Amino acid sequence: MNKFLASPVNTALTAIFANRMRSFLTVLGIVIGVTSVILLISLVTGLKTYITSQIEGLGSNLLFVIPGRIGGARSPGGVQANRLVYPDAVNLRTKLTDQAQVSAAIQRNATLKYGNKKDEGAAVFGVEANYPDIISLKITDGRFFRESESRSARKVAVVGTTVRDSLFGQGRIIGEQLDVAGSRYTVLGALGPRGSVFGIDFDNSIYIPFSTAQKQFGIDRLNTIYVSANSPENVKEVQTKAINILKKRLSEDEFTVQSQEQALSTISQITGVLTAALGGIATISLIVGGIGVMNIMLVSVTERTREIGLRKAVGAKPSDIRNQFLIEAMTLSGIGGIIGIILGILISFIIGRFFTTTVPIWSVALAFGFSMLVGVIFGVAPAIRASRLNPIQALRYE
Amino acid sequence: MNLLVKLSKVYKVYGSGEVSFQALKNININVKKGEFIAIIGGSGSGKSTLVNIIGLLDQPTSGSYDLDGQDSAHLRENTLAEIRNKKIGFVFQSFNLLSRTSALDNVAMPLIYAGVSVQDRRNRAKLALEKVGLGEKIDSRPNQLSGGEQQRVAIARALVNDPELILADEPTGNLDTKSGAEIMEIFDRLNRAGKTIIMITHEQLIAKHAKRIIRIKDGAIWKQ
Repeated sequence: MNKFLASPVNTALTAIFANRMRSFLTVLGIVIGVTSVILLISLVTGLKTYITSQIEGLGSNLLFVIPGRIGGARSPGGVQANRLVYPDAVNLRTKLTDQAQVSAAIQRNATLKYGNKKDEGAAVFGVEANYPDIISLKITDGRFFRESESRSARKVAVVGTTVRDSLFGQGRIIGEQLDVAGSRYTVLGALGPRGSVFGIDFDNSIYIPFSTAQKQFGIDRLNTIYVSANSPENVKEVQTKAINILKKRLSEDEFTVQSQEQALSTISQITGVLTAALGGIATISLIVGGIGVMNIMLVSVTERTREIGLRKAVGAKPSDIRNQFLIEAMTLSGIGGIIGIILGILISFIIGRFFTTTVPIWSVALAFGFSMLVGVIFGVAPAIRASRLNPIQALRYE
Repeated sequence: MNLLVKLSKVYKVYGSGEVSFQALKNININVKKGEFIAIIGGSGSGKSTLVNIIGLLDQPTSGSYDLDGQDSAHLRENTLAEIRNKKIGFVFQSFNLLSRTSALDNVAMPLIYAGVSVQDRRNRAKLALEKVGLGEKIDSRPNQLSGGEQQRVAIARALVNDPELILADEPTGNLDTKSGAEIMEIFDRLNRAGKTIIMITHEQLIAKHAKRIIRIKDGAIWKQ
């Protein structure tokens, strides 16, 4: 360390360690502020990483056709009647036959029963045979249903992991009879874990042929049409074509074709707002910590009036005194910042065993920089007060 | 001309109008280099005000003060701090050492503000402590030292930057007779070695160590 810095930092550390309890409590305010900044940012970033990986897991080729309009200035208020039907999906499949795979999907919640076990919250997806290819579902046991089974509306089902665990446990599943909303289905296979996307839990679900689902639940409106382009390069082209095809029958307000990229940018916007809001709240606690630093520095200046008088008498300039107290305030908040960073990363690591958390480097830099800034801002007033003390009066101070 | 301190027609007035108080009246003092002066006076005589002015901690209301040939009027605070650092070594009645700080660091403190490197600071502070007979106690803290030893640390601090003038304000005021005598021995020795010393005291016996005694009473020189 150079000669101009070594002494003030040593002096500051001596002063800080001279009053351990007081310094600890002062630093605690900064520690809590920095810890919460790092923790909240890590949670939101983790959430974003998780959702992003889930969406990306669907494949970047994927487009969702959903009823109603999302985004855009002319977004109508209120709930719109769903006008998306199976012929729309057929239409898309026929016209995009060389460029994309298409599957219609409907979804209902139903009570599942197997033996004396019951699963009441499970989602039942009515999809087409190419659905596992489109959203990259992995079949771990048995097989998915075939197109012929789908067309002839056979009562067959493939179960997600959560449903499998709750109803079948470790027992055998293939060929077993599953009761879905009062009808008996033959289980063909089971899926690997898939997580959830947009609130759809792929694991606490079963998959049955589209036409079977239509009959069982008596519905013809679609929840989603999944369109998977054959290559990432023509996603845009497929999207434009899909919109044009659907526009012939539906108005622009009645459907949205959303790409994965658009979905990601929506998530990005939401988590951006979340980061700003939560980070802002954490910053307030850091400012409160800074007020604590200022308070203790003012006390310290008063306590060390004689010392200040002596230093001035032996040749300290006002700027020397100001720097000494400023460095002391910055050392206090810097120590708090470092402890806060360690604590924040540690807690985020522990939480990381239950949720996805990510500590971005920029959040560490931001939290530390801000804690030093707080030290400077709240250290300036006490430091200037110290630098302006009259040495004669200061030396006489008891 | 070897005048180190030259006070001409110095007045110091506190307050103004009806409530004004003349702390110093027409003070004229000349101190040559190498002199040992005692300024003696009772409490309220104005000797503290005088020592503040000589120590460049305060400015006269009127009159002039030249230190080492330089007029001290109209100097900026930073310049005054520099002059105090280089030319004046203070010794106070109550020692004014930093507690929780070693003798060595206490002595080295003025050198921080002189811009001396860490290594040089240590060497020079050690040398100054050896001069006052505390070469063995450089790591002791003030609360581990006797009153006499603490005042010797303070004298070492006053000497460390090799100032022209040692300005001692009641240096034996807080000490027993024996320690006081030891301190005065150090001042005598320093003076023999050529240091200029101005000492403020109210004790006749202590003042006798000086070559010249200036008595002040009610803010004026009474006998020189």
